[in-house]
Amino acid sequence: MEEFLTDRLKTQEYFLNMGPQHPATHGVLMLLLKLDGEIIQNVELDLGYIHRSIEKMCERDTYKQIIHLTDRLDYLSSHMNNEAVCLLVEDALNIEVADRIKVIRTMMSELSRISSHVLWWGVMGMDIGALTTFMYGFREREMINDIFEETCGARLTMNYNVIGGVRYDLHENFAKRVKDFITHFRKKLPEYDKLLSNNIIFQKRLEGIGYISKEDAVAYGLNGPTARGSGVSCDVRKIHPYSAYDRVEFEEILFPEGDSYARYRVRIREMWESLSILEQLVDKIPEGEHRVKTKAVIKLPEGDFLQRVESARGDFGVYVKSDGQKFPYRLKFRSPGFANLTALNKMAKGLKIADLVAILSTIDIVVPDIDR
Amino acid sequence: MITNTELKNKIENLVNGLNFSGEDSNFLCVEVPKEKLRELMTKLRDDKELSFDYLFALTGIDFGNELGVVYHLESVKNRNLIQITVKTEDRENPKIDSIHDIFPAAFFNEIEAHEFFGIIFNNHPDLKNLFLPEDWDKGFPMRKDYTDINMLIR
Repeated sequence: MEEFLTDRLKTQEYFLNMGPQHPATHGVLMLLLKLDGEIIQNVELDLGYIHRSIEKMCERDTYKQIIHLTDRLDYLSSHMNNEAVCLLVEDALNIEVADRIKVIRTMMSELSRISSHVLWWGVMGMDIGALTTFMYGFREREMINDIFEETCGARLTMNYNVIGGVRYDLHENFAKRVKDFITHFRKKLPEYDKLLSNNIIFQKRLEGIGYISKEDAVAYGLNGPTARGSGVSCDVRKIHPYSAYDRVEFEEILFPEGDSYARYRVRIREMWESLSILEQLVDKIPEGEHRVKTKAVIKLPEGDFLQRVESARGDFGVYVKSDGQKFPYRLKFRSPGFANLTALNKMAKGLKIADLVAILSTIDIVVPDIDR
Repeated sequence: MITNTELKNKIENLVNGLNFSGEDSNFLCVEVPKEKLRELMTKLRDDKELSFDYLFALTGIDFGNELGVVYHLESVKNRNLIQITVKTEDRENPKIDSIHDIFPAAFFNEIEAHEFFGIIFNNHPDLKNLFLPEDWDKGFPMRKDYTDINMLIR
């Protein structure tokens, strides 16, 4: 009978456009799928739908002006992106920033990380078919956005870090609001597990799907939670500590399985770690100035500079080649999402379209970060 | 972590004809002639002690008279970072060997450098337009001599 069926029911290879307006691609990302029936043979990327050539723009901008452009890369990690440029310039010019600034930057980064992971969690559930999680995720995200709004004056593209410090001092409610959030979120995180992580249907959709080995993860340049789901230790906060990360205790979350569920659990556990970092710092924000005075015109010395930070998506890098002018000669943003996306073909081959949606969700892409 | 001086001595023994700089900065900079790029990359990856296995970034650069590519490699084991520069003087037909089979991470980054700088990577199987439109014929936007009427001049 089986022979009869395989003989007569031949499948045919065909191409399917997924995107650029597909809701599961999280933005204007286009994938050209080569399919055999419903089995994925090949995934081809077609990027650039929101390419703005930010790197070229940076060549005509002063270092102070570049910072606001980094908000527009990965808009969910704008604090970390800002911080990368600021740290690069401060490091090149030997500007020593006060402890207060370091702690403020670290706390803002961790709040961003939680807000980004919470959004990811909501959207992740929605991609798989659990629409409720989106509402839960946004409830917590609103609290963080309110904290940002009060101190930075904006909810999404904060543009809060400046060279030599932060733009405004902390709002008087900041510590109280962060503490309230920690108490609130500590109670809510176990609910997330009850609602989604422990759901058997959800687990079956992710376990063993989108496997990538540790060796491949390194070779393809994967980073951030995606690589840590394959057991690659790559947390920039641990390996090249910056700001106040050397004075807080936290664990680098590693899961060796390498499948979508491992990547999912990495992000859930990271939220716990971020909460713990916030808790360690919130009562110990040092007093002092929130900003060091810097020169009006900032010129970097001639040479090559590189600064890496751990954004919510991974190892975000800024590389500047300077010729001693007030504009960078060449500036490159090393995008964590782009590196993670390049392994998509490897992960998705031989699986079904519904699995591809799950994989795309667990590598957590933000398209403006990929297109730049 | 291996210090930059030790790193320099080790790499000198692997491949000769390299230019070193930035020993006292955060990372060692190496300039390699383009004929030796693949040899250097393979040896850096396969050397047991150095094991530079993680291609952090691949950046195309227009140096003015030359076009070039800058690679940042990291070793997951040692956490050393190294910068490798390769240049070509031919601006009309700039050719640099592809390293996508040594570091799969280079595959899409080389496509990016190709479309924005016009660098041709030898043996790269799929040098298409990834970010730019398929029918783009207005030159290479990231080069310094590229002009666009929509570009602001300061």
